[in-house]
Amino acid sequence: MSALERVRPSWPISDDRSRMPVSPQLALRVGALGVLAMVMFAIIFFRLWYLQVLTGEQYVQQADANSVRDLPIAAPRGQILDREGKPMVSSRVTNAVQIVPSALPPAGAPRLALYRRVGALLHMSAQHVEALVVKGRTALPYAPVTIKTDAGRGVLTVLAERQNAYPGVVQQPVSIRAYPYGEMAAQVLGYVGQVNKEELKKPAFRGVEQNTVVGQEGLEYFYDHYLRGEPGVQRVQVNAAGYPEPTRLQPQPPKAGYSLGTTLDLGLQREGEKALLEGIENARAGGKPAIAGAFTALDPLNGEVLAIGSYPSFDPNKFAKPLTETELKALEGKGGGEETPSRLVNRAVNGAYPTGSTFKPITAMAALEAGVIDPNEALGGGSCIEAIGGGGEKFCNSGHTDYGAVGLVEALKVSSDTYFFTVGELANSHGNVIQNKARELGIGEQTGIDLPSELTGTIPSRQWLVKQNEAESQCTREHHGRRCQIVAEPGEPWTVGYNMDLAVGQGSLQTDPLQMAVAYSTLANAYLHGGEGEVVTPHLGRQIDEADGGLVQSLSRDFPPKHHVHLNYPDLSDVMQGIHEAASQPGGTSADVWTGWNQSQHPVYGKTGTAERAGHVEQSWYMCFINDPKRPIVIAVTVEEGGFGAETAAPIARLIASRWFGRPEKFVVGTSKTF
Amino acid sequence: MPSSLSSPIKPAAEEPPAVPSTRAWHGLPLDPLLTLAVVGLGIASAMTLGAATREAIPGDPGYYVNRQIVYLVIGLILMTVLARVDYARLRQLKYPIYALLILSILAVLGLGHETKGATRAITLPFFSFQASELGKVLLILALASFVIDRSRRLRERDTTARVMLAALVPAMLVIIQPDLGSGMVYMVIAFVLLLVAGAPWQQLGGLVALVGVSVAIVLVAAPALGLHVLKPYQTERLTAFLNPSSNFAEIKEKESKTGEPDPRYQLAQSKIAIGSGEKTGRGSNSTQLTGNYLPEDDTDFVFAAVGEQYGFLGAGLVLCLYGLLISRTLRILTMSKDLFGSLLAAGVAAMLMFQVFVNVGMTVGIMPITGVTLPLMSYGGSSVITTLLAVGLLQSIYVQARASAALKGRVPIY
Repeated sequence: MSALERVRPSWPISDDRSRMPVSPQLALRVGALGVLAMVMFAIIFFRLWYLQVLTGEQYVQQADANSVRDLPIAAPRGQILDREGKPMVSSRVTNAVQIVPSALPPAGAPRLALYRRVGALLHMSAQHVEALVVKGRTALPYAPVTIKTDAGRGVLTVLAERQNAYPGVVQQPVSIRAYPYGEMAAQVLGYVGQVNKEELKKPAFRGVEQNTVVGQEGLEYFYDHYLRGEPGVQRVQVNAAGYPEPTRLQPQPPKAGYSLGTTLDLGLQREGEKALLEGIENARAGGKPAIAGAFTALDPLNGEVLAIGSYPSFDPNKFAKPLTETELKALEGKGGGEETPSRLVNRAVNGAYPTGSTFKPITAMAALEAGVIDPNEALGGGSCIEAIGGGGEKFCNSGHTDYGAVGLVEALKVSSDTYFFTVGELANSHGNVIQNKARELGIGEQTGIDLPSELTGTIPSRQWLVKQNEAESQCTREHHGRRCQIVAEPGEPWTVGYNMDLAVGQGSLQTDPLQMAVAYSTLANAYLHGGEGEVVTPHLGRQIDEADGGLVQSLSRDFPPKHHVHLNYPDLSDVMQGIHEAASQPGGTSADVWTGWNQSQHPVYGKTGTAERAGHVEQSWYMCFINDPKRPIVIAVTVEEGGFGAETAAPIARLIASRWFGRPEKFVVGTSKTF
Repeated sequence: MPSSLSSPIKPAAEEPPAVPSTRAWHGLPLDPLLTLAVVGLGIASAMTLGAATREAIPGDPGYYVNRQIVYLVIGLILMTVLARVDYARLRQLKYPIYALLILSILAVLGLGHETKGATRAITLPFFSFQASELGKVLLILALASFVIDRSRRLRERDTTARVMLAALVPAMLVIIQPDLGSGMVYMVIAFVLLLVAGAPWQQLGGLVALVGVSVAIVLVAAPALGLHVLKPYQTERLTAFLNPSSNFAEIKEKESKTGEPDPRYQLAQSKIAIGSGEKTGRGSNSTQLTGNYLPEDDTDFVFAAVGEQYGFLGAGLVLCLYGLLISRTLRILTMSKDLFGSLLAAGVAAMLMFQVFVNVGMTVGIMPITGVTLPLMSYGGSSVITTLLAVGLLQSIYVQARASAALKGRVPIY
């Protein structure tokens, strides 16, 4: 160490042998350390400058994304109101038990244990809880997953008091849909549920966020766009554990959904349902199965649906909370082994039925206008007739009654099948006379009602049969020779029998109470306007209101009449006279049902129907138009396997009419045993 | 005279202050710039922790910051006391000091409590004592003494080997805890002591090569042969900065699969914290810290907290304070009246430089994640007090150098 020794003499010597001057070597080495430090500082400064100044903005965004989560705030759904503004559907606030997935204990045993505890508390299986969490987490990763809505006070108290035992489990006030009238009009009002993946793809749900509660059926579905409102955004600052932190971020409040004002009359609706049930119970007491039924009441001038119902019904409140598989099956009528009528089907618009004699006024209109018959021509004598070319098949009156050869008015009054079989037979040679008139009046086509689905229906005709045969043979080919039963006798040509069946509303005719109500409305408004009628578009939506009541838009112009019809007034008058006499004159099929009714003030134009369906007890029908200068009404009632029209459906219609006109409500069973 | 430590308040007892000017000079017993640096860092630490740990313990927002201030005050008092002790006396205690070093580390291994999977500290009534931290100062003292003992044989390979071995024993013991960071600090201290003492370049180069080969073996060759010297998480931490990821979803998924925290998460969050501070910091809008996104934002990752809250300005200022601290340390190294003082200062410089660069480098994503604290800034009594003890040694060297120069009629150069 020559350097060390050379310098040493110049440094004051102490007793310490290690006394040390700043030698060049030390200076070099300390200098190296210093340079290293400077280089490192330079690198770190540059790195900091790069992170904070050059690319800082990007990290600010990442930090915000890291900590700020946009959670949707569900918008309060709009109410559904009756025509007078009385709420039929609203929302109520309740507590939901939710799980914050990110705050759960670690996966594995601790988390499973929690699921078990939560499950035990809520009477659910741990697997079910886990499945819900997994499902919710995939749908919306940072949002809490609702495990149970309306869990009950006791459960919530346990959760609140024993927070530590339930990490990640929270309770949250949520707004749920409330249907205060339960099963009333359930299929029409519909129900709500969280939007699912398939639904999100539909144009109807464009712009809807995942997990949003949307209308799934009925008006809830059809007017969902108006009812659902716009969800707000809760900008939640959450920490790494997923727990929300106190934040100054302003939430964007949700925009409440609009209210839907409907054409329904709450009082009439309730009465209608009650009457339907009464009629069904009465039929059951009389030994009829009376398994299902439906009714509707229209304003024949504008198509406003005043009441519409279907039995059996369901409680849409059940859908406000998650439904179990068994519950859903039970509603669909598939639970418990035996098949029961589905509660979810709205039979007023989706039932596919022959109508029986209620179709006769349509046949009559068709035959008169086409010149097939003369109203005064007496036809249909005898209890049965045999069609020319009908292959020996006999067409008889119910109970083989012989009404004699009668004119049109009398034939409608007593509901002579032989008369209308004859009309059908005569009309057959004129082509699709009956078919065309039925279609013109509104049968066999969708009515355009503002509901998610409705029947199209079938009016059997030559062309229809050709298509059916084609479908049958194609189907048979596809199934390698096995018959598909689309038609009873494949390849058979159209026969007069088809037309004769159609003339009395039987055979392959398939329609529903709503289409029939539209057809009767057309007859009614044409009758009121000298033969110039309109096929109304039945509708339930009346107006859209702000949540606080202000009118947003009227819907009345959204449902213009489908088309105009010109009916020959004298012919129409004969038909209307026939069905008026049926409901009012002694010997009329439903006259006894209307005993005590003020026919001069509110004349009833009503027709019973008893539809025969293979393998079923007869289906009871009643169609009527009751005139009133201010509030005319068309009522359609049908009860599956309810027996004769006069004994089950007609009394129900009378109850509905009584309510509508403020008359004493009386259930009067008719005695007519006509089809 | 029972022990040289029994009269600590009288520095340089062998050289009675005969000259009046010395007495007057004794009125300023500390290096003002060095003191400025440590007090400034202490304040920065309190400010940073105050916000970062505000919600760490519900209902007690000041829990961490109050304790840190207490540690800082205790440390500053000890520093002032140590400044008046003639460090030269500590040389005579080299064996007890080395024994204390080894025994305290063994005691931790035997008696310590486990925190986050590592046994690094013994819980005392008021204090959780982390032996590996205090060990840094003890090792500096012991190694510097060993080097002085062999000052005439500094060029011998034997000296280099012995010094390195003396550091390697405690280093291995703390690595077992496992406290890889402190172990590395020990080795760096030994290396820098040799460097400053004047060990030949070839031997120093050989040591560097040895380290390089060891790292290659530990990280690459041994795992390839199925031998895991380091635990998998240690390897991951060391290599995380080479393959960073900000895909939190993926990271979280991996974590939930393995049940082990993924260091890349911490690293990415640290970079987000620092980056989002931008030029002047987010202040009370800081979300990374209060939201607890960044684990250990009060200890190892405290610099990220500085960066987020005070931005480039604040982080730069803190770095400048470290620059001042380190430059003063190197200055005192050259000022020292003897080689022992220089070596002590060199050890302290090694400790400070390594910890500052590795820790800050780690938070900005250019260095491996090692459990190295940021001196004075990181929360923790052992680290704060150890650092201030080391600074106390520097103060003592400074005081002695000034006193010695004054006695000889020299004016020391700053």
